[in-house]
Amino acid sequence: MAYFLQLVFAGIALGCIYALIGLGFSIIFKASEVINFAQGELLLVGAYVVSSGVFNWHLNFLVSVLLGVVVTVLIGLLFERFVLQRMIGRPVFSILMITIGLDTILRTGVIVGWGSNPLPAAAPYTAASGFNFGGVHLGANDLLTIIVTIVLCAMLFYFFQYTRYGLAMRATALDQEAALAVGINIRTVYALAWGIAAAIATIGGVFLAIGSFAMDPTLGGAALLAFPAIILGGIDSITGAVVGGIIIGLVQDLTAGYESHVASFLGAGIHQITPYLIMILVLLIRPYGLFGTRKVERI
Amino acid sequence: MSTSPKASTASTAVSSSRLLGGRASRWITIILVVAVILIFFSVASDDWLTIANYTLIAAIAAIALNVLSGYTGQVSLGIAFFMAIGAYTAAYLGGNVPSSPLDPLGLALPFYIWLPAAGIVAALVGALVGPTALRLKGFYLGIVSLALVFIGQYLFLNARGITGGPQGRTFPVPAIGAASIDQQNSFFGIALTSGQQYFLLILIVLALAAFFVYNVMRSRAGRAFRAVRDNETGATIMGVNLFEAKMGAFILSSFLAGIAGALFASYSRYIIPNNWSLTLSIQFVAAIIIGGVASVWGSILGAAFVFGLPLVIDNFSLLPVASGPGIITGGDLNAILYGLLIIVFLLFEPGGLVGLARRGQALTRKFSSSKGEGGDPAEITDLPSSTGPQPDSENSTLAKGESA
Repeated sequence: MAYFLQLVFAGIALGCIYALIGLGFSIIFKASEVINFAQGELLLVGAYVVSSGVFNWHLNFLVSVLLGVVVTVLIGLLFERFVLQRMIGRPVFSILMITIGLDTILRTGVIVGWGSNPLPAAAPYTAASGFNFGGVHLGANDLLTIIVTIVLCAMLFYFFQYTRYGLAMRATALDQEAALAVGINIRTVYALAWGIAAAIATIGGVFLAIGSFAMDPTLGGAALLAFPAIILGGIDSITGAVVGGIIIGLVQDLTAGYESHVASFLGAGIHQITPYLIMILVLLIRPYGLFGTRKVERI
Repeated sequence: MSTSPKASTASTAVSSSRLLGGRASRWITIILVVAVILIFFSVASDDWLTIANYTLIAAIAAIALNVLSGYTGQVSLGIAFFMAIGAYTAAYLGGNVPSSPLDPLGLALPFYIWLPAAGIVAALVGALVGPTALRLKGFYLGIVSLALVFIGQYLFLNARGITGGPQGRTFPVPAIGAASIDQQNSFFGIALTSGQQYFLLILIVLALAAFFVYNVMRSRAGRAFRAVRDNETGATIMGVNLFEAKMGAFILSSFLAGIAGALFASYSRYIIPNNWSLTLSIQFVAAIIIGGVASVWGSILGAAFVFGLPLVIDNFSLLPVASGPGIITGGDLNAILYGLLIIVFLLFEPGGLVGLARRGQALTRKFSSSKGEGGDPAEITDLPSSTGPQPDSENSTLAKGESA
């Protein structure tokens, strides 16, 4: 039982990370109908900057995170302003591929800048610190992940629900032309979406790196698991991203914990693909996800 | 302007002059291409042949992706998976019969069985996956094809009997009679190195693939593919069966990818499952965008750029081979370049290198023809959307040239 609870706890922490990354996808998608494949590499750049801040420049952890956020937000804003705004109205294929271009540049940039060997991840607490609760170790870093996710979600909720720009973003997501007609500046909305997405991607990246103890340039690939999360939750739903993220995190950790006991015939590493299997199932049965709008077209 | 009759006569004049000029330039291109290939074939060192061989194999796979993404407009990141299916089919059918129970399986069949079988099995898997994948559109398909790559890697890592597991396995070498082409052999009194023999084999396969795809795209099926890409509703109204068209493109693409995968694995001799990664798929996407979407020539140019260039850089030792902090290797430089070029081409020239060349051609024609006032500007305005029928007039030179 303790083993199970331990897995559940770790799964929720992992799920929170997927939720953060998935939120980034969803916010950009809601604002501009763009799927940003470079989200994972924004996260990678952020995590590396934070690690360098702590270990090379000996900055405070929080200052380093702030620095990482600033860097990735800048990259996101510049890309949005100078590349994506010129692509408005172009086919989905082109827009998707252009974010893959950014993805390649960022990943290679990290490999050139920092090398491809694993580097230590910057963490506010040591791996051992935390509480023991009925045989379950609640790691301090995992607890922090969960708390930060809750706080960020609350902030985003407040932003979307009660602020002027949040309202503008929701209006744009609902009906872009009507939003333009009432005087909403769409450029600001797009920029905000990219800024928020890049910032929470960085925070997600820091926690993702902590969770895997060391980080290398493949870290961005883990962010791809946020795709199953947002598909499960519903791609245009903020709530969906969070719920989907946590479910995917839980499923992945539980399969990782039990695959060798229960289903060893499945071979090693099934937990790496269970999120994708769930995603395919969801797309077949309920393509709009748990909380999404029913508008995915089919043949 | 009320120039519609004038414009139409001008355009017929242009098309007839293009027909004549096209025929002459087509022959010149054929002769040039054959000459270049012959010269290269006889003088190139082993290193250069290696580079050429990898590039030509990549070109086959790029054509495969172009069938699906370029001509039919279906976003796919799954080509690495279908290449792997082809490669492992080849390995199972053509590999050595295991001498100990730990060895990966093999039936030791000859290459004229395993090479086509690689394509056929990949096409069958494509036909199996297709109905599920093609229910989805746009980025949904992109994400599912991405999942396919990861699911494939899991399967390959665990199917030790066929793939050798994480350690990988060796792949069979084509043999003509008793002459295995990884060694020097002489045919009709001409001694050919291993690289030269592979070069000929790969070139023949590439020429067949290019010729076939070029012709399919001129047929009813090819027009249906493009109609689906440009407007699904419109295509349906015109009587195109969306599902059939998409499945056709998907199966043809998988078939060619399987062949390319088998050749790639055979030429590499040894492959581990991690080689069939998402990065490989992304490189092919980069290749068709940089070379030219919906163009056979573009696939070849793009493959040369994305897969050939880093090998050339390494061959000249221009950049360090081992990576490290602050060190830029040939592969890194190339990755940054193709990442940048994806963005630049999509922004400014969606037709890729082929579109760029065609633009240059149109410009020179405009300046050389004395009074081409009516037709040529119209042609230039056509160019940015150069994914239409125009690529084909270029491709024909290649396809016919190399199959001749």
